[in-house]
Amino acid sequence: MLISGIAALVFDNLLNSIIAAGFVSLMASALFYFLKAPDVAMTEAAIGAGLTTAIFVITLRKTEGSEKE
Amino acid sequence: MKFRNILALILIFILGFIILQAFNISPEEGQLVINKFGEAEIENRTAQLYINKSVNSNNEKVVFAESNNLESGSANIVTSVIANYRSLDTLGEVTVLFLAATGLAAVLYTNKKKKRNFIVDEASLILKTGVKILFPLLILAGAYIFIHGHLTPGGGFQGGAVIATAFLLKFLADREYKLAEHKLKIVEVLAGVSFVGLGLYALFTEGSFLANFLQTGTVGTLFSAGIIPLIYLSIGLKVGAELTSIISNLIEV
Amino acid sequence: MISFLEEWSFFGGSILLILIGLYGVITKRNLIKILIGLSLMDTGVNVLLVSLGYVENGNAPILTSIIKNNSGAFVDPVPQALVLTAIVIGIAILALGLAVTIKIYEKYGTLDISKIRGLKW
Repeated sequence: MLISGIAALVFDNLLNSIIAAGFVSLMASALFYFLKAPDVAMTEAAIGAGLTTAIFVITLRKTEGSEKE
Repeated sequence: MKFRNILALILIFILGFIILQAFNISPEEGQLVINKFGEAEIENRTAQLYINKSVNSNNEKVVFAESNNLESGSANIVTSVIANYRSLDTLGEVTVLFLAATGLAAVLYTNKKKKRNFIVDEASLILKTGVKILFPLLILAGAYIFIHGHLTPGGGFQGGAVIATAFLLKFLADREYKLAEHKLKIVEVLAGVSFVGLGLYALFTEGSFLANFLQTGTVGTLFSAGIIPLIYLSIGLKVGAELTSIISNLIEV
Repeated sequence: MISFLEEWSFFGGSILLILIGLYGVITKRNLIKILIGLSLMDTGVNVLLVSLGYVENGNAPILTSIIKNNSGAFVDPVPQALVLTAIVIGIAILALGLAVTIKIYEKYGTLDISKIRGLKW
């Protein structure tokens, strides 16, 4: 999870760093399952890994291409 | 590397060192300090009162499918904390979500002609036929999650997010899909008004805002736990409508 | 060494995630990278809060037909209720920030904060 968090800030292509942030959210949802909290795991999987990635990609399409820093 | 990056790294190391000092305090008597991992003493916290369902009265035993007319009556303890014991915080959270959705619609308001250049290619055939089957099933699954919020893990927020995902799929499959915005607004307004209306009705009949004024049946059946299913119904519909309107406003410029 | 890893893996990992997100907010120059760092900080804080209430060999806080009464050891349910609210508020903040980013790009034509007047670092 930490390696993917560092990678989300180091990548140049913005689309790659958005996918890395979604991977961090997926790992956090698995951690919530191991900490025996089913409600929180379901919420983090539905909202964090699904809708956050979706609205980032929609905004990325509206501003530039997906190049540059 | 630049000078600003090195300065930021030094600041973060100092901050991390200061945070880690908070985990090293040795306890004096009567103080609650941060425990080691896995050794939380639940008896000293207020969570023990919520687990025993004995904040006001004094219940001894809580047994699944047998206890009748308890204080809170729902089998999911996290649900009873959110919607019964601390429902004022849930009201504040619903307000914050409403403000964010309204603010987003106000920022993105424009008078020019809206043209949608979001999706360039036509969607493939698999996606179109798949969405026709999946869309009512997803809405059914989301409604099931927030109706059974007091028996299984789930609740209003999760069901609302699943419903918003169903509408996102519909936007992806069809380039010219237009959402009926006024119907969405009517659903959201009615759900919000009913949540506050339940609280005011309880204020006038029982004396405290958002008290539990229906009967709580046996723990574990569908029609138990008093007012909690009604609260979760309005929260689920409101959150689903708001997240859908956020996505719809972002797609159409 | 193994016991040190077992004891500090959850706390240390979440604190490191918060600090990585903070570094991203301070240092990066693209607006979308700043918002990604903010989202990482949110996730780190939520993991830290839930891991403060873990009891070893406890059960999930739901009464089912297998776990019938509350005489066993349950995991603390109060931080889980707080974190549920915090996740939803995190996405609301992110949505509002992205709407302002779209408007900034329409006016200035770039997303680099050293070129936008008024946000000079």
